[in-house]
Amino acid sequence: MKFGICINEGPYTHQASDTAYQFTKAALEKGHEIFRVFFYHDGVNNGTRLTTPPQDERHIVNRWTELAEKHSLDLVVCVAAAQRRGIVDADEQKRQGKDANNLAPGFRISGLGQLIEAGIQSDRLVVFGD
Amino acid sequence: MLLHTINKSPLVNNALSTCLRMAKDGSGILFIEDGVYGALTGTEITAVVEKAMKTKKVYALEPDVKARGVQDRVIKGVQLVDYSGFVDLTTEYDKVESWL
Amino acid sequence: MADEMMEPGGGGVTKKFLYVNRKAPYGTIYALESLEVVLIGAAFEQDVSMIFADDGIYQLKKGQDTTASDMKNFSPTYRALEMYDVEKLYVEKESMDARGLTPDDLVVPVEVKTAAELGDLMENQDVILSF
Repeated sequence: MKFGICINEGPYTHQASDTAYQFTKAALEKGHEIFRVFFYHDGVNNGTRLTTPPQDERHIVNRWTELAEKHSLDLVVCVAAAQRRGIVDADEQKRQGKDANNLAPGFRISGLGQLIEAGIQSDRLVVFGD
Repeated sequence: MLLHTINKSPLVNNALSTCLRMAKDGSGILFIEDGVYGALTGTEITAVVEKAMKTKKVYALEPDVKARGVQDRVIKGVQLVDYSGFVDLTTEYDKVESWL
Repeated sequence: MADEMMEPGGGGVTKKFLYVNRKAPYGTIYALESLEVVLIGAAFEQDVSMIFADDGIYQLKKGQDTTASDMKNFSPTYRALEMYDVEKLYVEKESMDARGLTPDDLVVPVEVKTAAELGDLMENQDVILSF
């Protein structure tokens, strides 16, 4: 089956991203397809490469990056939600005249239409949030 | 039928009660994250969940139950699933409503 | 929102989309950002319904005035939904009663349905988005 995943909370504060990750990983192991993982609301905070958790803790951001590399996942961060919360890629940096960018590898920034498209194209859309 | 997921403790949040108002007989309810406190015996909402179990299938995510140390008090008849089982449930039911 | 415009990628497929709104405005951003999803989603010409239940009903309360709090008053945007062909707005009767509200208290015309009726509606959807 084809899954769309939507994550509405940032890492660490809420369990949503952890649950979504374990769900996505299990779905891939079972041979399902992940059409897209869409990060919305504070979920966009899963996409900053500046995250530095204590060494004995899971690295939620890197974990998504690694899973994306392994399975060619499409990790999409909502542009409007990202702009509000200071998640920026190189293009956005240029466009908004910022002095830095912070989007983690494996993620891309795009519009909300990507979430709607995931709903249309997937057999199941599963939302993780708070 | 729908699979409803509940991720909040029903002891402090109304997601479960609203879900139960709308959920049809034959639908599934999966407790995840803090929602797993809704799958326990001896709480003030145990009776509500046991009543729901007569017409709906109730599941709880075992990794979340164990993380919270409440595996010794899960209501009998609540089916425990791991993440792989969670994935299976989303395919067995027609779609998923997350009661955030 | 001009940044958000993209070619709708529905590929000619029409699905029934249901948005479930159960959160109050202002205290958290969920209501505002969820409304943005509905507006963007409208460009995809899907069959859209919205349910307002629990404190989500307060999103539609008349008389919202955010002047002193300096937050964005987005309640007028609900009145624009009609122009986007989003016309199926349902409120749960039980939640309305629990809050002492009637449709006259709300900024847009809504259809009041019982929880049982909304449960049927929910079962009849293809995609359910809850925020």
